[in-house]
Amino acid sequence: MHIVVCMKQVPDSAQIRVHPVTNTIMRQGVPTIINPYDLFALEEALHLRDRLGGEVTVLTMGPPMAEESLRKALTFGADRAVLLTDRAFAGSDTLATSFALAAALNKIGQEFGEPPIVFTGKQTIDGDTAQVGPGIAKRLGLNQLTYVARIADLDPAAGTITVERRAEGGLQVLQTRLPVLITMLEGVNEIRRGSLDDAYRAARAQVVRWSAADAGITELARCGLKGSPTIVKKVFAPQGRAEKVRQVPTADRSADELAVDVIAAIFRTQPPLEDDLLRFAAGQ
Amino acid sequence: MIRDKFDAIVVGAGPSGNAAAYTMAKEGLKVLQLERGEYPGSKNVQGAILYADALEKIIPDFREDAPLERHVIEQRLWTMDDTSYVGMHYRSDDFNEEKPNRYTIIRAQFDRWFSGKVREAGAVLLCETTVTELLRDPQGRVIGVRTDRDGGTAFADVVILGEGVNGLVGQRSGLRPELKPDTVALAVKEMHFLPREVIESRFNLAGNEGVVIEAMGTITDGMTGTGFIYTNQESISIGIGCIVSDFAESGRTPYGLLEAFKRHPSVRPLLEGSECKEYAAHLIPEGGYNAMPELFGDGWIVVGDAGQFVNAVHREGSNLAMTTGRVAGETVVWLKRRREMATKANLAEYQRRLEETFVMKDLRKYRRIPDFLHRNKHIFGVYPKLLSAAAQTWFRVDGVDKRAKEKQIFQSFRSGRTLPGLIGDALKLARSWR
Repeated sequence: MHIVVCMKQVPDSAQIRVHPVTNTIMRQGVPTIINPYDLFALEEALHLRDRLGGEVTVLTMGPPMAEESLRKALTFGADRAVLLTDRAFAGSDTLATSFALAAALNKIGQEFGEPPIVFTGKQTIDGDTAQVGPGIAKRLGLNQLTYVARIADLDPAAGTITVERRAEGGLQVLQTRLPVLITMLEGVNEIRRGSLDDAYRAARAQVVRWSAADAGITELARCGLKGSPTIVKKVFAPQGRAEKVRQVPTADRSADELAVDVIAAIFRTQPPLEDDLLRFAAGQ
Repeated sequence: MIRDKFDAIVVGAGPSGNAAAYTMAKEGLKVLQLERGEYPGSKNVQGAILYADALEKIIPDFREDAPLERHVIEQRLWTMDDTSYVGMHYRSDDFNEEKPNRYTIIRAQFDRWFSGKVREAGAVLLCETTVTELLRDPQGRVIGVRTDRDGGTAFADVVILGEGVNGLVGQRSGLRPELKPDTVALAVKEMHFLPREVIESRFNLAGNEGVVIEAMGTITDGMTGTGFIYTNQESISIGIGCIVSDFAESGRTPYGLLEAFKRHPSVRPLLEGSECKEYAAHLIPEGGYNAMPELFGDGWIVVGDAGQFVNAVHREGSNLAMTTGRVAGETVVWLKRRREMATKANLAEYQRRLEETFVMKDLRKYRRIPDFLHRNKHIFGVYPKLLSAAAQTWFRVDGVDKRAKEKQIFQSFRSGRTLPGLIGDALKLARSWR
C-alpha cells in the first residue's frame, strides 16, 4: 500500500522569540524542525507499511531548505521524499496550501501509485489552524478522519478502515471507505529511530523536487499570496483581565454567614448565574 | 548493517574528523562519517579562535564562504590580581592583511560549514549516530564500527577516530586509558551579545577587526588555568578553565570562577549591558606530549583532541586537530594509492609525517610544561600579585624617591617568594620551556 504523509518544516518553538514591537515571530537564526504533530502521522504510516508492505512518501511544500526536514523523515524510514518548491507558493495561506498539496498528491498518485491513505498531523505548531488536512480531503474527495487516536482496523482488500477519533465528550469509533485523509492526534505513538541503513539511504537519497509546473499546476492565481484570501490585519498579545481578586472579611463571622457573603459577591458580578440557579431551584 | 564497504570510516565531525574526511573524500576515497550530535557543531565547544594556516592547507579558499567573525589584530596577555591587571598588548595593522592569520569563529556555524564542504567532496555523513565500539577480526585488526542504531554495523579498511577529548570509543576498545583528572582542564564559557558598534568602540576596533584577551592570575584562585575574552561580530565570548584535579581539590566551581572573572573591575565594563545567551562547558586535554596515547594501530588512527593534540601554553587545539586529521587522511590516501593495507606497520607513516609538522615539534618542546605548572601552582597566584604591586609602586607618584621604590619592589619579591624561590622558579621555567 502506498501511503503519503504531508508534513511541514516549522521554526523550533522552543527557541523562538517574538519581536517586542511588531509581535511577529522572529524566524531569523531559529532552527527548524519537522512539525512535531506530523511525526505521529509519519510513525503511523511507517507502522502500517511495516505491517502491510508498500511504501511511504513524505511530501512538503516550502523553500528549498525544507529539504532538510524531508531528509530527516527519510532517516526515520520513509521511502521517498517530494519537495514542492516554487516562488509562486510564497505567502500561501491554508486555502492556497491545500490547493498546491492536492495538486502534488494527484501527481504523486500518477507517478508513484494512488495512495489509499494520506496522513497529516492534527495541525502545525506555527499556524495552529488544522485546516490544511481537511482542505486537501475536500479538494481530492477523500473521506476525512480528523483527530484520529488509533487505527482500529484496516482492510485494504475490502477498502474499509475503522478508526477511533477523539471528540468532545468521548471517543468516536468511525468506519469509512478508502481512500481517506487522516489527521493524526499527538501522543498516540512515538517516532522510531531509523536503522543505520535508513540513515545511510537518507544521506544519499535524491529528494524529488517539483515546481508548480512539475506538479501540473497551471492556475498560478490560486497559489501563494495571490491565492490566499486570508489577511493578517494585526498581531497582538492578549491583554490581562482587569478583574482582581476580591477579599471577603472573615473576622467574627460564622461559616454560614461567610458562605452567604461569598455567594452574594459572585452573583453581583455574574447575574446570569443567579437567574440560572433560581430557575433550577424552581424546576425542582 | 550497511552493505557497502568503505575505504575509511571517520568517527566524529569536529575539526579533526572533518579534515580527515575531506582530505580522503576529495581524493576519491569512499568515506563514511558518523557524528553523534544532531548536526556537526551541535556538541562542539571552543573559545573559539580559528588559525588560518591549518585550514588553508585543507581548503585554500575557505575565506570565500566560511562563517568567520573577526580577524584578530590585537593580542592582550593579562596577569591579574583581584583589582588590577598587568598587561602586554600587541596590536599591529600588519594583521589587517589580505589573508588574515587568525579569526574568531562560532563553532556551531563553522562546523556546519566545514561539514558542508566534506559532503560536497563526496563523504557520506550520518548524524545522531553514536559509535559504540570498534569491530575487530579474529587477528584483532579493526575492521569497522558498531553504532547505536538498529542493524548498526559498517565496515572499512581503516577507522579514523576524531571523537573528541573524552573519546569513549577508543577508551572502551582499550586503545587508550581513561582521561586522568590532572591532564584535562574543564572550561566554561558564555556568549554575551552586544551591538556591533558597542563592541567596536569598547575594544577600539574597526570593521571586522578583533581582539583576543588571554588572562591568568588570581582569577583561577590558585589553580592551574586561564581565562579568555574574545570578540565576535555581535557577541563576546568569555570563559575560564582549570585543571579538573585542581577543581576537585579546591572545591571551587567553574561557574563560580566565571562569575568572579566577569565581576573583575577590569572585565565588568567590557560586558556592561550585554545579554548572555549561551552557556557551554567543555573538557580540554592539557596533558601534552607525555599524556599522548598510542596514535595508530592495526586498522585505526586517532586524531585531534582524542589524541591529546592540544598546545595548552599557546591555546592552540583546533589547528592541531585539523592538521592531524589532514595528515591522517593523506596517509590513508597514500596507502590506498600504493594498494597497501592499513596495518600498524604501514600506519606508522602517520606518526612519521606528523613528526615533520609543528604539531609534534611543539608538543615535544612543551612536554615538561604541564608537570611544571602542576608542581608550581604558586605561579598563578604569587607572581600576578607581586607584578601588580610592583607596577603600582612604580607608577604611583607619592614623594618616595625612585631608588627607594626599586628597593621596595625588590624587597616585595624577596619576601613574597624568597631569593632561592625566585631563582628556582626561573630555572625550572627555563628548563621546561626549552
